[in-house]
Amino acid sequence: MNVEGQVRIPSGCAIAAMISKEGNKVSGEKIIEAMKPMHDRSNGLGGGFAAYGIYPDYKDFYAFHLFFNDRDTRKNCEKYLREGFEIVRSEIIPTRKIPAITDEPIIWRYFVTPLKSVLLSLQLDEKEFVARTVMKINTEMNGAYVFSSGKNMGAFKAVGFPEDVGVFYRLDDYEGYSWTAHGRYPTNTPGWWGGAHPFTLLDYSVVHNGEISSYDANRRFIEMFGYKCTLQTDTEVITYIMDYLLRNRGLSLRDAAAVIAAPFWSTINSMPDGKEKQKLKYLRTVFSSLLITGPFSIVFGFDGGLMALNDRLKLRSMVVGEKDDMVYIASEEAAIRVMEPDAENIYAPAGGEPVIICLKDGGNQ
Amino acid sequence: MLLDAKEHDFRLLNEKIRKAQEDCHIVGCCGERFIAAGMKDRRITIDGVPGNALGAYLNGAEITVNANAQDAVGDTMNDGKIVIHGSVGDAAGYAMRGGKIYVRNNAGYRAGIHMKEYHEKVPVMIIGGRCGSFLGEYQAGGIIIVLGLETGGKKTVGNFPCTGMHGGKVYLRGDCEGIRLPAQVSSRKATETDMSEIETYLDEYCGIFGLDRNMIKSQQYTVITPDSSNPYKQLYVAN
Repeated sequence: MNVEGQVRIPSGCAIAAMISKEGNKVSGEKIIEAMKPMHDRSNGLGGGFAAYGIYPDYKDFYAFHLFFNDRDTRKNCEKYLREGFEIVRSEIIPTRKIPAITDEPIIWRYFVTPLKSVLLSLQLDEKEFVARTVMKINTEMNGAYVFSSGKNMGAFKAVGFPEDVGVFYRLDDYEGYSWTAHGRYPTNTPGWWGGAHPFTLLDYSVVHNGEISSYDANRRFIEMFGYKCTLQTDTEVITYIMDYLLRNRGLSLRDAAAVIAAPFWSTINSMPDGKEKQKLKYLRTVFSSLLITGPFSIVFGFDGGLMALNDRLKLRSMVVGEKDDMVYIASEEAAIRVMEPDAENIYAPAGGEPVIICLKDGGNQ
Repeated sequence: MLLDAKEHDFRLLNEKIRKAQEDCHIVGCCGERFIAAGMKDRRITIDGVPGNALGAYLNGAEITVNANAQDAVGDTMNDGKIVIHGSVGDAAGYAMRGGKIYVRNNAGYRAGIHMKEYHEKVPVMIIGGRCGSFLGEYQAGGIIIVLGLETGGKKTVGNFPCTGMHGGKVYLRGDCEGIRLPAQVSSRKATETDMSEIETYLDEYCGIFGLDRNMIKSQQYTVITPDSSNPYKQLYVAN
C-alpha cells in the first residue's frame, strides 16, 4: 500500500452554495448534484452540507446535531444537556445505508431551549450559554461532538465524497432557503467525521477551500476569548473568528470581511483620505491578529443569508451567478451550471471582496 | 466527430479526443478537465463550460470554446490557439511558452503568470475586457494585450500588475491612469514600432470576434516593460 510521500493526489477542496432571496424552499437534491462535476477536487475524506430554514416546526429551538462514539456517551451527554436545557425532541438523524459511507458514529439530534433559571443564575444570554455548552461538550466529553447548534438550520457531514454524504443524510427530504456544500481534500489532518465541513457555531457555518497559514496566530488570539480549537483544522478557527467579530464585537459582515481579508497597507494608503480609509486602518490595527493569510475561499452561512469571500491575494477560485431570486456560488462555474443551466451575471469576485446575500425579509431571529 | 461530454468522465472524454483522427465537437461540456491536453493537431470546438486546465501543454491544436472557461486555460502551452467566446478564470496562460490565447471578455487573477519566450517562440494572449490583479506576474517573455472593452466602469486591470516582471511586454489599450506599477517596470506610450509588432494579432482577434479593427487600433496604447535586463539585482541578495 502506498503511504504518504509515495502518492500524490492532485486536488483541492470544492465548495458550492445556493440561496433564494425570496426565502423559497428548495430541496437538497440540487446542491448534491452541484458537487458532481467537482468530484476530483475532493478525495473522499470528507463531505458536508449546511441547510437553513429546514426546521420550521422547531424554529424557536436550538437544533443540536451530535456524533457519539457509543450509547453510554450519549446517555451521559443527554444527562448533561438536561441540566441546562429543556429537550423538546430527541431522535436519530435519519440516514440511508449506502456502501460508500461506512463506520458511521451514532448520529443524533436534539431540539433544545436553555432553562431560564440557569441563564439567570449564570447571568448569560441565551446564545452565549449555547456556545459555551458546545465548547464544553466538544473539549471535555470524550466521544461526543456537537457539529451543529443553530436555530432552524443544520449541518450534515461525514467521511466520504459529498455527493454520497448528501444521499446518506437524505437531504432530498429537507427543504431550505439556503444551502452550502463542501467536498474535502484534507491537508493537515487525517480526516474524520467531525473534521468534515461545514464547521458551525450557533447559526453560523463555514465551508472553506484553502489552507490558511495564519492558523496558530489566529488560534492563540481567539482562544483568549473562551473559544477552544479542538481539531487543529483551519476552518474551525475561521468559524470562531466570525462568531467573535459578529456576535461578540457587533461588527457588520462587511467589516468582518475587512478584518479577515484586509486590504494591503499599500492599497489602503493609495485610497483617498476619508472615513473609509480611516475605518480600514482602524480594523487592521485593532484586529491585526485576526487577519487570515494564505489561500481561502469560504462561504459563510448565517440566519437569513450567505457571505462569500476570497483571501485578499485570491489564491483560490470562486464564481458567483444569479437567476431570478436565486444566487449561486461555487469553486467552478460548471457547478453553477448544474444548479442552473441558464445562470446569468456569472462573475468572479476580487480577492477580499465580500459577496453578501440576504433574504428579502430577514431570517429567523 | 461529435462527442457528448455528459456520457463520459474527463478521462474517457480525453481518450476519445486523442483517438479521433479528425476534428472534434464536444457538446454538453460541464467541468471536464484537461480537455485536449498536449494535442498537436486538429480543431476542437466546445459547447458548454470546460473544466480546469483546458489545453494544458497544448502543442499546436486549435480550441474554440463557445462559453466561459475555468482556471488555468493553456497552462504551459507550447503552440496552437485557444479562442474563448466568453471569460476565463484565474491563471490563464500560466507559464505559456508559445501559441495564442484569445479571450473575448474578462480574465481572472494572474493572467499570463510566468509567460516566457525563446527566439521565435513568442506566446501571445489578448483579453478583450478587463483582468484581475497580478496580471503578468513574473512575466519572463511573450506579449499580453488587454483591450479594456466593456469594463462596466471597472479598472482595466486590478492591483499589482506586472509584479516581478522581468521580460516580455504588456500592452494596455488606453492610458494607465490609476494603475500602480512596481518600481522595477516602466510604462510608456506605444510607438509605431510597438504597434506594428502586434498588428497581425489584433487583426486576427478582431476577425474572430467580429470587432471593428479601426476602433480597436485607434486608441493610444500603453506598453509596460521591465526596466532593464536584471531589474531585481540586489533585491534579495548582493548578486
